[in-house]
Amino acid sequence: MINQLSWKVGGQQGEGIESTGEIFSIALNRLGYYLYGYRHFSSRIKGGHTNNKIRVSTTQVRSISDDLDILVAFDQETIDVNYKELNDDGIIIADAKFIPKQPEDTKAVLYAVPFTDIATELGTSLMKNMVAIGATSAILDLDITVFEEVVQEIFGRKGRQVVEKNMQAIRTGFDFMKKKLGNIQKLQLEKADGKKRMFMIGNDAIALGALAGGCRFMAAYPITPASEIMEYLIKKLPAMGGTVIQTEDEIAAVTMAIGANYGGVRAITASAGPGLSLKMEAIGLSGITETPLVIIDTQRGGPSTGLPTKQEQSDLMAMIYGTHGEIPKIVIAPSTVEEAFYDTAEALNLAEEYQCPVIVLSDLQLSLGKQTVEPLEIDKVEIRRGKLITEKLPEIENKGYFKRYEVTEDGISPRVIPGMKNGIHHVTGVEHDETGKPSEAAENRIVQMSKRLRKIENIKFKTPVHKNVPHEEADLLIVGFISTRGAIEEAMARLEKDGIKTNHAHIRLIHPFPTDEMMPLVKSAKKIVVVENNATGQLANILKMNVGHAEKITKLLKFDGNPFLPHEIHTKCKELF
Amino acid sequence: MATFKDFRNNVKPNWCPGCGDFSVQAAIQRAAANVGLEPENLAVISGIGCSGRISGYINSYGFHGIHGRALPIAQGVKMANRELTVIASGGDGDGFAIGMGHTVHAIRRNIDITYIVMDNQIYGLTKGQTSPRSAAGFKTKSTPEGSIEQAISPMELALTAGATFVAQSFSTDLKDLTALIEAGIKHKGFSFINVFSPCVTYNKVNTYDWFKENLTKLSDIEGYDPSNREMAMQTLMKHNGLVTGLIYQDKERKSYQELVPGYKETPLAHAELQLDEEQFDKLVAEFM
Repeated sequence: MINQLSWKVGGQQGEGIESTGEIFSIALNRLGYYLYGYRHFSSRIKGGHTNNKIRVSTTQVRSISDDLDILVAFDQETIDVNYKELNDDGIIIADAKFIPKQPEDTKAVLYAVPFTDIATELGTSLMKNMVAIGATSAILDLDITVFEEVVQEIFGRKGRQVVEKNMQAIRTGFDFMKKKLGNIQKLQLEKADGKKRMFMIGNDAIALGALAGGCRFMAAYPITPASEIMEYLIKKLPAMGGTVIQTEDEIAAVTMAIGANYGGVRAITASAGPGLSLKMEAIGLSGITETPLVIIDTQRGGPSTGLPTKQEQSDLMAMIYGTHGEIPKIVIAPSTVEEAFYDTAEALNLAEEYQCPVIVLSDLQLSLGKQTVEPLEIDKVEIRRGKLITEKLPEIENKGYFKRYEVTEDGISPRVIPGMKNGIHHVTGVEHDETGKPSEAAENRIVQMSKRLRKIENIKFKTPVHKNVPHEEADLLIVGFISTRGAIEEAMARLEKDGIKTNHAHIRLIHPFPTDEMMPLVKSAKKIVVVENNATGQLANILKMNVGHAEKITKLLKFDGNPFLPHEIHTKCKELF
Repeated sequence: MATFKDFRNNVKPNWCPGCGDFSVQAAIQRAAANVGLEPENLAVISGIGCSGRISGYINSYGFHGIHGRALPIAQGVKMANRELTVIASGGDGDGFAIGMGHTVHAIRRNIDITYIVMDNQIYGLTKGQTSPRSAAGFKTKSTPEGSIEQAISPMELALTAGATFVAQSFSTDLKDLTALIEAGIKHKGFSFINVFSPCVTYNKVNTYDWFKENLTKLSDIEGYDPSNREMAMQTLMKHNGLVTGLIYQDKERKSYQELVPGYKETPLAHAELQLDEEQFDKLVAEFM
């Protein structure tokens, strides 16, 4: 019996690889297993190798596994590209149609199964992925009735016959494989707890978090890997009276969101690096006009078009410092799907409380990795609107303007939305006085700039650093952000076994940097490894800049487009001792 | 009820004496009063340039954004609060150069706002460079030998982009301009008004006298029918775009707001933000 399994299905893009993984995952998730799926895909619609690697476990997992137990191949390329990941007792099940060749340097066993032939015999070759699911189920000794519900949901609208044919395909694949295996049953999965849990990508959680946080309008331009956020919200917002506008470009998206926020609705936009580059001027406008704004950045490989469908964390510096001039800005970085939900909702609060742009920094692995999620609680989401005035305002004499930019101790001024009587004021990206009227006076400039920057000095954010720090004095502190959390946690467990006292800090409030939280952890560690998916060590540099102790810090960088695997972090850290 | 004086504030415009923009300012103030608005129910969203300052010169809510982006900001404001009257405004550089993409898409999107362009065929605030409205051969600091690019025809462009309200005016025709802005505000959908607003400092060609000589009033053309798109296009082409009045109006097509599925009658800005448990559980169940 095994309590963890790694399964991968691969073939040409557009061949149904995604739906094969999807059906397999949903069914297992409903049995109570924890799933973690990561898709390898290209920026094209059809053709090109694609695969979906899915980890199944009886406990929560947040990383791709180092190894592979079962590889389902729809073409030879899938075998050639992926077989090296297979364990010694791994299994390849491949479509007999392409006459699969067993690679020489692996102990994994290849079984040729006539996926396409069985499917064609049953009516259409499209069902070959169902045959593959059946064959997989035989290896794992799964009860295939678990697929009935999922198949019904997916094909139900096409009629009963289609549902039955697909189930038949699964059954035939199962029976065929059972016969082939005989008495061999190496990969029998331990039973899961049967609990119902959500199964979603990070972008789903971000979108759901936006809804829960009161977002009622979104303006966005399609881009990988952010589009799912707008696609989800356009389905759900109409029922709440809101909507999504797909704009003509990224600048329209961000400025429309600014206009909507100024108008009084909680509005967001979402994009990836190229879009964020285009939004920079508008981010400055939100900063100087103190208009709330939430932007989601789902990072992908840069620069320019870069690696549009691959994992990277290289927007960090641009998100902290991007836009000309100096503004107050908040950058938060959820490290799990659960946090992506709560942080997005909280970002909407922060934007209104601090009246500034808030960037929710995700990355492709978090945004698109599909996984089992612990229950999300709406009770934990509160709506806080800061100094927004909703009660009647006193009359202002002689057409004086409302002091929208009143200088206050905490720098945050009262805010009204258009339509409010006696609230009229001016808003401009030009430096302005307390009523918003343009002013170039030196003294006013100092007062207003200082007021704005002061706002976020004492920002309240519940967990600025996710800490797993079992040691007061540690040999090693591993620092990361966003989706590297799972791989770091697994590497940490192995390092602990090796006798290396390891602490882990995952930074969630990127800017303003949580120096006070990080300082003691840095001081009490002999060595520090900063793990990040970029080529220059941006997080490490930020850490050095704010906390110092450069001599202790080692950069562990990966920028080949792929997420970190636990063994890579384990090995590199171990080498330091 | 508010009068046009209620839409005046105590800010003195920094436009040059004689600038065409003064009349546009006055026309907006009069039109707002004439349609029965209160100052707090009007939001003027403007771009960057001399004309962009207009949002600061009207006693209403005003947002002076970034160059070329008045339209998306204004559309966002309207989507947030459909009870507000939203006027976007800017210059020809703002709307036809850096912001042209937004202009075309705002026209075809047809959100119920009014867009007023102060068209002076020159870049004024940056002290005299060519604009997309400058005629071929026009000499400026950036085209010392004369512009070798063709000028844009905004009215024809609007018609091809699917506009539902297209009008043009001349800043000295205060009465006509005011009436057009009123009609634009009342129009259900995107109303686009281009106003010839001479720059007395940098444009020595397209002067007040030049416009008086070259403009034709549509009301003087016998049988002109602003509901006829083909006639509108032909008339514009015949007069090289130099006409004033209501060029085209489609009263049938619904505005964006009327077509958005589920879009609330009450302003989104006043929507309930908290999801109740039942709503949330339903959303969660879809992921199980």
